[in-house]
Amino acid sequence: MNLARQHYEETFVLNLGPQHPATHGVLRVKVTMDGEYVIKAEPVLGYIHRMHEKIAEQGSFAQFMPYTARMDYLHALAFNHGYCLAVERAAGIEVPERAEYIRVITVELNRVASHLLWWAAFLLDLGGFTPLLYAFDDREKVVDLLERVTGSRLTYCYFRFGGVCHDVDEEFITGTRAFIERLRKRLPTMYHSLVTGNIILIKRIKDIGFISREQCRRYGASGPVARGSGIDFDVRRHEPYSVYPELEFDVPVYPEGDSMARYMVRMDEIEQSLRIIEQALDKLPDGPIMAKVPRNLKPEAGSCYAAVETARGSLGHRLICDGGAKPYRLKLRSPTFSNLSLYGEVAEGMMIADALAFLGSLDLVIPEIDR
Amino acid sequence: MEHIQDIQELQASLISLFSALDDEAAGENVTSPATISLDHVRSGANLERLCRPEQLPAAAGILDDQSFMLESITGVDRLEQQEFELWYDFIHTGIPGYRVVLRCTLPREEAELPSLCALYPAANWHEREVFDFFGIRFADHPDLTRILLPEDADFYPLRKDYTP
Repeated sequence: MNLARQHYEETFVLNLGPQHPATHGVLRVKVTMDGEYVIKAEPVLGYIHRMHEKIAEQGSFAQFMPYTARMDYLHALAFNHGYCLAVERAAGIEVPERAEYIRVITVELNRVASHLLWWAAFLLDLGGFTPLLYAFDDREKVVDLLERVTGSRLTYCYFRFGGVCHDVDEEFITGTRAFIERLRKRLPTMYHSLVTGNIILIKRIKDIGFISREQCRRYGASGPVARGSGIDFDVRRHEPYSVYPELEFDVPVYPEGDSMARYMVRMDEIEQSLRIIEQALDKLPDGPIMAKVPRNLKPEAGSCYAAVETARGSLGHRLICDGGAKPYRLKLRSPTFSNLSLYGEVAEGMMIADALAFLGSLDLVIPEIDR
Repeated sequence: MEHIQDIQELQASLISLFSALDDEAAGENVTSPATISLDHVRSGANLERLCRPEQLPAAAGILDDQSFMLESITGVDRLEQQEFELWYDFIHTGIPGYRVVLRCTLPREEAELPSLCALYPAANWHEREVFDFFGIRFADHPDLTRILLPEDADFYPLRKDYTP
């Protein structure tokens, strides 16, 4: 692959993390290096492992709700949603239409915020500081809007089995519409013309970090990683839940499989999320925001699986009930756990700087991997 | 193998391929495991297949041929029955929302079953996680070590007889 490698006879082990800004949290990667080239990269997990699956078995169904936001703190509402869907499926709870629309609006707003933060952090990894200020400016607007309805700014616990806990008000709706208009104006000018077309960015991420379609499938990769490799797989379209079938949106798919493709998928998804929010606001029906749900949930014995699309991919809950008031077993299938597992194979032979750019393009949230 | 694009056709084809697995083992005089069609709305899956541990790689191979993706492996401790249960969730990458579950049970003592790493590299980390939490061993796994808990941990936290 290159002549330079042959000159080195000695290899050395480089310990990346667990405290390193490029790993976005406490991921450790044990890299065997030959000069500047990666021979072997081995992610070491578990530095922020909290055993959420055991915690779930200790309390009632509702008591686990706040923990869901502590996994993927950047797209916490999707984790709220995923857990709600699993329990609602097990207990046969119907959610009122207004609540479904509110869920979609807030989840999509949260997805926009998550993608903006990824964008900021990714460019920071590549050495560009200014984009962070733009993205945080816009993200602040989303966080303010969500704080208005949910009461918190990061680790939301807003969804309930059978609905949501607060209704949205007029100010939230006008604020969201204003935000959509603002971001739509800023996306082409401040995001795309400043950064996407930038030659330095293109040199760093185009044709780097190639993941093939088959690799994605065999490693169970989902979300923008799979869609950047040409797999048209989005849970919102593939296995529709909530009111997504009633809303029009495109699933951006790029066949190139490099870091640039994953970048473009996420940028396009911001636009699609804005489209979804706008339609959902137009269609938002009147009515109750909560179904009648017994205080002590006791779903009948059995097992079910529920999947949602988070900003990082397909989140699955396998819930096994034994008829009691506590989950017998709750398995969390977090998207980046599978997405990261292909890192070792793909990073092999890369230069260390490219390997880090590639790591950034996977959009890792470590507490969600470690659970 | 040609990928089947129709949901009914795929379901029928999988059922017949799975039952062929049982025919091979019919001479061994063991009760045949079953393939069950499920309601996706209630259970989130379309087909459930009960496998004996040794049938697992063959069953996963059938799904691999049809372009399924391994989503997750769930271990369950059935303490009362003195059994472990494993649920493998596979989703089809082409046909919308088509999910197949492979399920197998194994005795709680000396629990071991074949690894799927050779077929699905995704199984590597998921199997390590199951080993980490339950102490279930996977034969021929390339690196069966703890993944999330510290390497010197001497307990399996998701076993029902473990109290923190």
